Amino acid sequence: MSVFALEFPPVSHLFDWPTIWFDGTPLAINKTVLIYLAATAATMVLFGLAGRTRESLVPVGVQHVAESGVNFIENSVVMQTIGPDGKKFMPFLTSMFFFILFSNITEVVPFIQFPANSRMAVPITLALLVWVVYNVVGVKSQGVFGYLKNSLFPPGVPWVLYVIVTPIELVSTFVVRPFSLAIRLWANMVAGHLLLVTFAILTATLWEFFYVPAALPFVMLILMTAFEILVSFLQAFIFTILTAVYIGGSMHPEH
Amino acid sequence: MLSLLAQTAPGEFLDGLSAIGAGLGYGLAAVGPGVGIGIVVGNAISAMARQPESAGMVRTTMFLGIAFTEALALIGFVVFILLLP
Repeated sequence: MSVFALEFPPVSHLFDWPTIWFDGTPLAINKTVLIYLAATAATMVLFGLAGRTRESLVPVGVQHVAESGVNFIENSVVMQTIGPDGKKFMPFLTSMFFFILFSNITEVVPFIQFPANSRMAVPITLALLVWVVYNVVGVKSQGVFGYLKNSLFPPGVPWVLYVIVTPIELVSTFVVRPFSLAIRLWANMVAGHLLLVTFAILTATLWEFFYVPAALPFVMLILMTAFEILVSFLQAFIFTILTAVYIGGSMHPEH
Repeated sequence: MLSLLAQTAPGEFLDGLSAIGAGLGYGLAAVGPGVGIGIVVGNAISAMARQPESAGMVRTTMFLGIAFTEALALIGFVVFILLLP
């Protein structure tokens, strides 16, 4: 596709990677899978190293990073949305936050520069996992009928309005939630990757013809890279906090 | 204009129309959430300025509001990618 005489690759070329190993089998491995394996390993190594028996009381290095992460999730996610009895979900939320963060941040890591979450498979799997978790928590803490009653017939609504409210709640709670959760993460990463690719191509093309104007898209590229670091953190945070909100909503129904 | 239309093949014409539709679709989908996120963040800032001690809670709720508002713009973005010729 050419826009203003600028050769721009089709969108699918930016996100489809050729298979590296095990071609043709269900275990085929390409760049996206490698990034996910590395993100899993990084999360495990981070908390494995931080959980060792320590020599000093003052946390340093890896332990400091892991403890600030756990503190951050506890103070600004769990305590704000679920409350003190949500602490049993701390391991789930913390590991999910770090896994999403590590697979997002590869967007700006030199020589990788591909956000693994811009492929839909893992975001939708995580979102369906979250769907199972908050439904199981709701059924466990309120019983099947209590959970359905509280989520389909929210209290404090005049009974005539239930004709409208109940179908909306049914669709939004049990159908739309996992998809909006997954699409939010996926589309943000796709948009960020397209933005960086556009400015990189613009810089390279301008550099071939005349050198000085290439500085303009290059400055934009640097600024957008900084912005994408922020977006990677923010999307991991938003995914985690929405999970906590859904879990909190099915643990403590509105009265 | 008409002679130009007569020269283009029907497929190209449809491709051009869908490109215009994709661009307009994304632009229109970004208007509402842009205004909405502005309102959310502006009110969150004034709340934080009035009561700095509740800044943590306000910030959490602000990100929640942004996430829900932004979903609409993202659906527009997905449609934009789907409509590209």
